[in-house]
Amino acid sequence: MSEPLIFHFDINGDDFSTAGQASVQIKKNLRQLGLSPEIIRRVSIAMYEGEINMVIHAHGGTADVKVFENYIEIILADNGPGIKDIDLAMKEGYSTASDTTRSLGFGAGMGLPNMKRYTDDIKIDSILDVGTVVTMRINIS
Amino acid sequence: MKIREIRDLLDAEVLCCEQNLDSTAYSACGCDLMSDVLAYVKDQAVLLTGLVNPQVVRTAEMMDMICIVFVRSKAPTKEMLDLAEDNGIVVMKCNKRMYEACGLLYSNGLVGNKVK
Ligand SMILES: Nc1ncnc2c1ncn2[C@@H]1O[C@H](COP(=O)(O)OP(=O)(O)OP(=O)(O)O)[C@@H](O)[C@H]1O
Ligand SMILES: [Mg+2]
Repeated sequence: MSEPLIFHFDINGDDFSTAGQASVQIKKNLRQLGLSPEIIRRVSIAMYEGEINMVIHAHGGTADVKVFENYIEIILADNGPGIKDIDLAMKEGYSTASDTTRSLGFGAGMGLPNMKRYTDDIKIDSILDVGTVVTMRINIS
Repeated sequence: MKIREIRDLLDAEVLCCEQNLDSTAYSACGCDLMSDVLAYVKDQAVLLTGLVNPQVVRTAEMMDMICIVFVRSKAPTKEMLDLAEDNGIVVMKCNKRMYEACGLLYSNGLVGNKVK
């Protein structure tokens, strides 16, 4: 298999106003590659939810999007507080978001369920006080 | 429903992408929680919201939405309008409240979003 095309982003955790910028950028990049609108939408929504999560829950992190011939992999890594109970976090409506975060329009507890919904595979590795790595895969065609 | 008609029904002021007023909207979503907006894909949708921050525009862009209506006279910033402009999203503001704005559009035939 040929080498994947890799897009790397550093996600700033200190400035909420920039949260989501990397996902807007990846959407542009994927459009240039000529992928179908549906695939582009699924990748960008999944990454957007993950990007916002890293900003509101984990002080930022990194995002890597790897475009292979038959699938796209999104890897979001942070050094935040980690997720104590992943099964619980995956439940619709579960959120530990602060009131400030809610007033910004987030904290419905729908992000991780959305990431699951829009991807073909999602894996969450998290260690308390060390960080979280979310790996998602979206098959092409 | 044409975006132009949405503007007229809501007596709204168009703030950017006026050239796209003839695009057709097939569904709408009235929401201040962005992940709720992101939960189900709507076709050529309009987002009505009382929330004002750049994530509103980014959320709409992620969903390929075609129009954002700010209710209760909330005004977007220049940065938000630039982002919308860049993506061809029509932005308008109206002084109606969310309930009334949604009700007007719904009763005139723009009925919500089908869950896919
Ligand atoms: N990267 C992360 N680091 C630490 N905790 C996280 C991370 N991502 C998610 N969580 C935890 O999982 C919970 C659920 O996440 P989810 O994205 O589903 O909802 P939310 O971010 O709280 O709200 P929403 O996504 O609807 O705006 C969060 O409230 C938080 O406690
Ligand atoms: Mg979230």
